Amino acid sequence: MMCDFLFSLVCTGEIFELKAELNSDKKEKKKEAVKKVIASMTVGKDVSALFPDVVNCMQTDNLELKKLVYLYLMNYAKSQPDMAIMAVNTFVKDCEDPNPLIRALAVRTMGCIRVDKITEYLCEPLRKCLKDEDPYVRKTAAVCVAKLHDINAQLVEDQGFLDTLKDLISDSNPMVVANAVAALSEIAESHPNSNLLDLNPQTINKLLTALNECTEWGQIFILDCLANYTPRDDRESQSICERVTPRLSHANSAVVLSAVKVLMKFMEMLPKDLDYYGTLLKKLAPPLVTLLSAEPELQYVALRNINLIVQRRPEILKHEMKVFFVKYNDPIYVKLEKLDIMIRLASQANIAQVLAELKEYATEVDVDFVRKAVRAIGRCAIKVEQSAERCVSTLLDLIQTKVNYVVQEAIVVIKDIFRKYPNKYESVIATLCENLDSLDEPEARAAMIWIVGEYAERIDNADELLESFLEGFHDESTQVQLQLLTAIVKLFLKKPTETQELVQQVLSLATQDSDNPDLRDRGYIYWRLLSTDPVAAKEVVLAEKPLISEETDLIEPTLLEELICHIGTLASVYHKPPSAFVEGSRGVQHKRLPGSAGSGESVESPDTGSAAGVSEAPPAVIPSQGDLLGDLLNLDLTPPTTTGPPPPASSGMQMGAMDLLGGGLDSLMGTGFGAPPAAMPASFNVPVSGGLDDLFDLGGGVGMPMGVFNPPKTVWLPAMKAKGLEISGTFVRRAGVIQMEMTLTNKAMSVMTDFAIQFNRNSFGLAPAGPLQVLTPLSPNQSIEAALPLSTVGPVMKMEPLNNLQVAVKNNIDVFYFSCQYPISMLFAEDGKMERQVFLATWKDIPNDNESQFQIKDCHLNSDAASNKLQGSNIFTIAKRTVEGQDMLYQSMKLTNGIWVLAELRVQAGNPNYTVSTCATVSALDGLCLAYKFCMTNPEP
Amino acid sequence: QKLVKAKMISPNCLFCHIIRQRSQRHLIYYHIREIKAANPHNREARTYGIRNFFFVLICRNYKGDVDMAEIDHFLPLLMQHEEEGLLCPVLSHGNVHFMWIKHSNLYLVATTNKNSNASLVYSFLYKLVEVFTEYFKELEEESIQDNFVVVYELLDELMDFGFPQTTDSKILQEYITQQGTKLEVAKSKVPTTVTNAVSWRSEGIKYKKNEVFIDVIESINVLVNANGNVMSSDIVGSIKLKTMLSGMPELRLGLNDRVLFALTGRDKGKTVVMEDVKFHQCVRLSRFESDRTISFIPPDGESELMSYRINTHVKPLIWIESVIEKFSHSRVEIMVKAKGQFKKQSVANNVEVRVPVPSDADSPKFKTSTGTAKYVPEKNMVVWTIKSFPGGKEFLMRAHFGLPSVENNELEGKPPITVKFEIPYFTVSGIQVRYMKIIEKSGYQALPWVRYITQSGGTLIRLQYNMTYCFRNVFYLSKGSDVEM
Repeated sequence: MMCDFLFSLVCTGEIFELKAELNSDKKEKKKEAVKKVIASMTVGKDVSALFPDVVNCMQTDNLELKKLVYLYLMNYAKSQPDMAIMAVNTFVKDCEDPNPLIRALAVRTMGCIRVDKITEYLCEPLRKCLKDEDPYVRKTAAVCVAKLHDINAQLVEDQGFLDTLKDLISDSNPMVVANAVAALSEIAESHPNSNLLDLNPQTINKLLTALNECTEWGQIFILDCLANYTPRDDRESQSICERVTPRLSHANSAVVLSAVKVLMKFMEMLPKDLDYYGTLLKKLAPPLVTLLSAEPELQYVALRNINLIVQRRPEILKHEMKVFFVKYNDPIYVKLEKLDIMIRLASQANIAQVLAELKEYATEVDVDFVRKAVRAIGRCAIKVEQSAERCVSTLLDLIQTKVNYVVQEAIVVIKDIFRKYPNKYESVIATLCENLDSLDEPEARAAMIWIVGEYAERIDNADELLESFLEGFHDESTQVQLQLLTAIVKLFLKKPTETQELVQQVLSLATQDSDNPDLRDRGYIYWRLLSTDPVAAKEVVLAEKPLISEETDLIEPTLLEELICHIGTLASVYHKPPSAFVEGSRGVQHKRLPGSAGSGESVESPDTGSAAGVSEAPPAVIPSQGDLLGDLLNLDLTPPTTTGPPPPASSGMQMGAMDLLGGGLDSLMGTGFGAPPAAMPASFNVPVSGGLDDLFDLGGGVGMPMGVFNPPKTVWLPAMKAKGLEISGTFVRRAGVIQMEMTLTNKAMSVMTDFAIQFNRNSFGLAPAGPLQVLTPLSPNQSIEAALPLSTVGPVMKMEPLNNLQVAVKNNIDVFYFSCQYPISMLFAEDGKMERQVFLATWKDIPNDNESQFQIKDCHLNSDAASNKLQGSNIFTIAKRTVEGQDMLYQSMKLTNGIWVLAELRVQAGNPNYTVSTCATVSALDGLCLAYKFCMTNPEP
Repeated sequence: QKLVKAKMISPNCLFCHIIRQRSQRHLIYYHIREIKAANPHNREARTYGIRNFFFVLICRNYKGDVDMAEIDHFLPLLMQHEEEGLLCPVLSHGNVHFMWIKHSNLYLVATTNKNSNASLVYSFLYKLVEVFTEYFKELEEESIQDNFVVVYELLDELMDFGFPQTTDSKILQEYITQQGTKLEVAKSKVPTTVTNAVSWRSEGIKYKKNEVFIDVIESINVLVNANGNVMSSDIVGSIKLKTMLSGMPELRLGLNDRVLFALTGRDKGKTVVMEDVKFHQCVRLSRFESDRTISFIPPDGESELMSYRINTHVKPLIWIESVIEKFSHSRVEIMVKAKGQFKKQSVANNVEVRVPVPSDADSPKFKTSTGTAKYVPEKNMVVWTIKSFPGGKEFLMRAHFGLPSVENNELEGKPPITVKFEIPYFTVSGIQVRYMKIIEKSGYQALPWVRYITQSGGTLIRLQYNMTYCFRNVFYLSKGSDVEM
């Protein structure tokens, strides 16, 4: 037996025997010995002691032996770096071998030897192989560049391999192109800001041509690479789509999914009224359905992605419900995913079928699957109103089965149905109460308690029921305890006479005997409310609850967009952004769908028409500027200084408040502040949140040496244009963090929730560093302050004017677009003070073209005051000299993307007008003039 | 108890470890050397046992930054998920993600710590199984161990730095052979095919007689609910080629595709609407997209040229009625009636009706009007086999089982009745090969041969187990016209 022979090697005596055999003169014996060495390596035995002996066998004309020795080298070179150098000569020699197989083998192995010392010796052979006449060698060499880059990125850049690799994209051989694309994409991943791939219409065309000819794997590399490109306009987008659609007929599921990714992404750019848009939608459905007949693991990946696609574009699969019906022999992970998609696709048209299926599933034996099926029935009831009655009766049937977990799950969903359709199905409460004793899971117990409390007036023995739960109060989970507390208070408010004792008991249990702060705090709030103002207590505790929404588990839109860009990858399987599970990817920019704002506005919202104008304007209009800007944006290879701004304090406060009042009483916050909206003047509401903000201001202000100029808030989005939502705001820079401070005012009649924000690409890559923290629902006439920390690592696109920012804000009503301009001074970094010498040198080096001059009028400051003031805004004075009564201030500032701006400020005593000459390392930046004016003329803090 | 037994039966596992992007891709094969009776109720004891009994059969490290030892976490993780009933093809431990498939009793595992293309990884793992199977006939522990040198060579050729490369086993066999000595004689060189645009066929192939065999195989998937209604039905067809042609022939296949007929303006005869079509690498996809022509240079030997899916509601052809009566604590009585409702001149071969029975049933008794019935206790079912089932006929099977007086309180699943069969010279959809044009520059004449077969794919008829429950089931099979050759 092979295996026994492998294990016999474990004894150390064997090593010496092998050593002898390796040094034998007989070729055959040598080869057998190397085989034995590899065999023991395979079973995890350490044979590194034989390194020199094995390497000695390297120079051989026996290909098989050579391969084995190379294999050994790859494994042990890292542990024996000094000896690995011995192998270099052979590599160099093998790279010149007449046989292309050997040349390729050498170049492939070379890259796998991760020893820093020897990599530089390998540059020359690699360079030759990249230009080899045989495509097999070239395609292997292309991958080797990526390997080398992984070991020593600097070396690869210095040696100009990246350019050679780029040239290979135009290679005549499709496989070489594919590998070059794969290698470049891999390298680009570690350099998120570089334009390594430099996708332009010409390269795209080359890639599309190669797509038709290369292997299935090559097609995947190319499609994945294409997905990173942003077409200039809808016409280009359409023509790429047209050339990608044939890939949907490929037998390899991975090719199909990568093609779907490209199409889903580029589809964003197509106007919805275009005929082609409809055609494309129709073309996408059949291949997605066919993926379900692939191997189960591939089905699983496909289903996870279909889940995303259905959320983004429900129209694609709305008629395909039947294919998601669960088969008996599907693996459990496929079953659960299918169920999820079935609920998403459920509609009035197909609900009868879906319900019949779900009922079938609910009688299976697999516990997790059954639970999910029962839950799905509840979700159908909430989603499709017409089916609610049928769903409820199905659930009652299931409760009759008395299968413990089915009953519990059914009760949890019935609670939600009660909330969605109040005063409709309460007749079933009696049936539910029968099953009280069998409930042993916290969620089901909590749901039942909620039902008893909510409908206490209709349940005669509600007090008895709740009392029975109270006996083991301390053994219950927090969820149940909180719910029990609230339910008993509700009961008390409804039937005060009989339940006084009960409520006192629960309040003392919650406040005196509990260690849980949430529970204690809620207990105290109730206690005080009840003792001071029972009427107010009634208003708070028994307030109208907001309706629950239909889709509770939708993926947040920004995340969904990002995940669509990652179709087919692990991110799409986990439904998490790559940054959440890949180490060291935090600096990597989040992918966004192209022009989702741009394409949206052409159809829906005319007020951001200017945005489309900019994004669609061909770069040819301002050629020189465009080029310069290209440089400008690529200059920054150093990591940005402000990557992870701390979450604003105010959000923490709000979170706390939510936890405290959340759970069964999630409406308390809303009702507390906004219940009598007409009676309370709007200004009364503001201080509550304003107070939080003040607090935050204090915290933020501590570290500031001088007052930074903060422009006053202006109205960005008038209520008229946004269905009652008014947004005014400003930008501030605090402790190195740029913040967008907004006041959101609800001028509509209904409550607003689910706020989210997103930026279009912009000149300096501003992007929200976190979600928009508006956690409480915004009641009518209420205002709320929101501070959104911004990062500068988002996607970059030149805007006109430079400091223009296009913003999309979403709430439960709609999505709104507006654009605003941020002062350039926000982007001045704290480390903008240049060394004197450097300043002088740079000043000289900057071409005259980059210089611009402007005047600031009516400024009554002397030069020192001005200098002080400017320093507060991160404009640093490097030197000062006085010439003929004029004070010359030399100043420097650094933008967040690494661009330096140098300025000369001339102040003439008695003359209120200043002259400023600025020059930037790249090009004159418009907006600087404004920035100066802002900073100089701001009122004293 | 039962669960543990099942695990002890599977003696060995293979882990293949392929990692994409900045991480190693290596293949690891694990194997149980001995099985100690580990206490199944003690998680720790079990995990410990596994670590000792499994080891990596073979592994290939394609990149350098996932620790090879990470694979040790895989099996405990897998066991844990399996126990919780939450089995998933992706498992993760820390920042390492395991993507795995199982082939007979071996596991092939790819590990990564990047946001890899998951669909690519699974496709590749299945490709790996395909290549190994073609090389070694069977992919199993012994074949890996006995051929580890070739396996390493293949792993190197199939993937480089996490990018799949050449995966066509026929082409690979031209320069990676099982007999190492052969290599030296040939003084191995890379076949140009590897990097050619036509990467699936080598030049210089010669046959005395030029022939191509076309198999049109359709399988029907039908799901019937307990009330006898068809819940869903579709046809998955595939066209397989056995090519024995010299040189580099250009082939064009003509089908009675409705879209094609509409495009060219002809509309006589029966046409077929294909919902979705998938093609082998060799078919020019953009050509098909533009004018529905299926043109290609075929790979040599056997290959699957295309597969298609047809979504049609089909007319019932075989009708299955079943009555299952379960008398608790005493017996189960089963009556199944199968009726062939396809044309009299057609014959269904190797018909297999699988009827589930309770797991604690015993002392089976059968009576059939034709064919044989057999009790398969390990699968808890009765298999009723009918070698040849002519259209229009009706057959009956009765079964009687005893039940123990002490009831099994374990909940049992509700497996459906499944039906398997094969009908030659017949396609359900009515798809036809109208022509196969073969053009080679040497101008030889070649003969195409066509064969049609219909199979049942997953035909499932759901049952319900109540105390006493009678119901009727209908099994549908669609009707197709006879096909002229």
